[in-house]
Amino acid sequence: MHLDTHTGLDSPKGIWWKPAHKAEKVWVAIAFAWCMVLFAMMPLWHWKGGQNPSGIRRRTTPAAYGVRLGEFITQYQVGQDRGIPIVAPPAGADVYLAAVQFQWLPILKLQKGVEYTLHLSALDVNHGFSLYPINVNFQVVPGYDYGLRVTPNASGDFRILCNEFCGIGHHMMVGRVIVDDAPAVASVRSGQ
Amino acid sequence: MSTANVVASAVIPDAGGAFRTCQATGRRIHLGAERLIKAHAVCSVVSLLIGAIAAVLIVLTRWQAVHLLPAEWFYRILGVHGMSMLIFFIIFFEIAVLHFTSTALINARGCAPKTSWLGFGLMVAGAVMVETMMWAGKADVLFTSYVPLRAEPTFYLGVILFAVGALVGVSIFFINLVVAKREQRYEGSLPLVVYGAVTAAIIAVITLLHGAAIYIPTYLWSLGLMTVDPEVYRVVWWGLGHSSQQINVAAMVAIWYMLGALTIGAVVVNEKISRTAFVLYILFISMASAHHLLVDPGLGPAWKIVNTSYFMYMAVLASMIHGFTVPAGMELGMRLRGYTNGMFEWLRRAPWHDPGFSSLIFSVFVFGFVGGITGVTIGTEQINIIVHNTLRVPGHFHATVVSGTAVAFMGATYYLIPLIFQKKVAFWKLAQIQPYLFAGGMLIFTLSMTFAGSFGVPRRHWDISFSMAPFDVQFNPIVDVILAFVALGGLLAAAGAFVFVAIAVKSVFFGEPIGQIPRGVAVAGIPAGLTHPPVHAADVDARNAALHDAASGLMGPMPGTVVLVFVFLAAFVVYFFVNWKILSFVWRIG
Repeated sequence: MHLDTHTGLDSPKGIWWKPAHKAEKVWVAIAFAWCMVLFAMMPLWHWKGGQNPSGIRRRTTPAAYGVRLGEFITQYQVGQDRGIPIVAPPAGADVYLAAVQFQWLPILKLQKGVEYTLHLSALDVNHGFSLYPINVNFQVVPGYDYGLRVTPNASGDFRILCNEFCGIGHHMMVGRVIVDDAPAVASVRSGQ
Repeated sequence: MSTANVVASAVIPDAGGAFRTCQATGRRIHLGAERLIKAHAVCSVVSLLIGAIAAVLIVLTRWQAVHLLPAEWFYRILGVHGMSMLIFFIIFFEIAVLHFTSTALINARGCAPKTSWLGFGLMVAGAVMVETMMWAGKADVLFTSYVPLRAEPTFYLGVILFAVGALVGVSIFFINLVVAKREQRYEGSLPLVVYGAVTAAIIAVITLLHGAAIYIPTYLWSLGLMTVDPEVYRVVWWGLGHSSQQINVAAMVAIWYMLGALTIGAVVVNEKISRTAFVLYILFISMASAHHLLVDPGLGPAWKIVNTSYFMYMAVLASMIHGFTVPAGMELGMRLRGYTNGMFEWLRRAPWHDPGFSSLIFSVFVFGFVGGITGVTIGTEQINIIVHNTLRVPGHFHATVVSGTAVAFMGATYYLIPLIFQKKVAFWKLAQIQPYLFAGGMLIFTLSMTFAGSFGVPRRHWDISFSMAPFDVQFNPIVDVILAFVALGGLLAAAGAFVFVAIAVKSVFFGEPIGQIPRGVAVAGIPAGLTHPPVHAADVDARNAALHDAASGLMGPMPGTVVLVFVFLAAFVVYFFVNWKILSFVWRIG
């Protein structure tokens, strides 16, 4: 069974398809079982978990997305900060956020415990949506509208960093999301 | 080591050029192939030097207290670092490994020398074009060059030429093997190390075809001749970008088996298990490129789950198998040579002063415990939400491609210098500590990056103090301390890389030629595996049978390895589920 002891530099002679030692077999079986656990966790989290990158995914064009963004800002703008519009959409609304060298548009004002559909797209090159300090990250690709249903679970003044290299001004690209405490009804719904 | 190979080939006339007989291993080395190995290895080390200089500039910039480079040069140098290390250093070395494994290990000749040199020439020309464009600031698109960020067309053309040259080198490898078989240069099946190299070469073909499929359209796009969809680019580009890391994995595992054999007489515990694991790589590992697209808008959950798991994690299974069989082979090899006491005498009494061995150990352990565990975890569809494009990503891949692959390649170099270049390893004392310096620095570097990333610190970012941004961003003050550790680890590792380059250059160009390798006498500049070859006794089969005796129980002849792999599994399980727990705290997203 274990004759012809040799190293990996030597040619095995004859048939090398031989039974393995029990220790090796047990390890392969355990490793396989663990791989099944790794695999099962992903569908399981889609079913039971609260954080999935599925979203509503559509093709768009930078021009079309820019138009939709403009409408959204006009409809719900409540103020501005440093020349960037602050937009407060109603609960459940479709929310549009655009990445463009080197800005996030607009500033969003959301309510805690309320679900929104947050649309992400880029108007020029790839960007990276990174919500600070929550540490939630998504790729923002021009020509694609990524609609994620999000429910803020804490109030506060958040930042959006760009974490995909988008040009020499990449490090200046910071946006803002303000989350206010919501009316009592909405916080009950969130369950947080 | 068996001498059967030599016996088999001794009767064959020297077709296709001159050979010499390696006095250390008894194998016949084809002089034409040897020249190719040398040329590729030298280019590899030159690329490593450029990449390491870039690395120092980058860590000194990301260390906010120093913040060395201006923004423009930071991104430029980051691109240089990526291309020099991940493409030029690694692939030049891999083509050297392919020429080596397809000739020297099986007593065979290197075929089609003119075509081989043409491939080499294309690689050099491509590398020079890419480096020139990057340093000239005409390709500030970083390693990934995601369209529609645009570089000058020459940059893309350089990448294409390099890839074509590499593909020629890979083709020569296959030709060499076919000719060797036909000329009966070896008896029986290919050695396991060569089998591993075949795996790497097959994955290389898949990878380089992806490279052609994306860089040729991108080149035409840069000339204004066609359009390239940004998401399609990402999907196909990662077929090159990640799959090339899988060439590294397969080549690295092959080198693990080789260094184990050379340094401590590691044996193949079971050919069937090890070879099946290599086949699993070929079948499934290319799907791993989907890891980079888990939070992308262009792809749905079903596609992400199937590909993320590279079909039910069958390639992870392969790595977990090698993670057992490599140390098990080392343990068994040592036990067969008499180091049988207790659980870990085989590890304690191993030649830790041999840079080939210490490199091997660091490569196996850091690749597995840090690179493997973090990689599989952060490459999980949902967990990627809290990881994508943070410093956790480079934290992971420096633990695989640097602590794993580069360290293994460095360890192999300490044997290639005496065996192929026939020179003593220069600065021997430094060479003996180099693996500790490099791998130790890298360990600090990768762990610190991983911690920094879990605070949301972005990768590829010039200034996380955001001094020029419209809104202030205040990271936890601990992040500054962690980034200082990133710099410390990075500088130690870079020092280790410079020491390695100095050793390689001095040895190869100004080294002391080796005459007769003395047996049983330690000589400065010659690794212990060559002066004290880890030969097995004549009754090795009987010893092996005794160690495998059923009375030794379930852990059999490798109890130490069994303990180690279960420690590994426990660490893996804890890290994996801790990440799910952290994910469950963030906003609800769906």
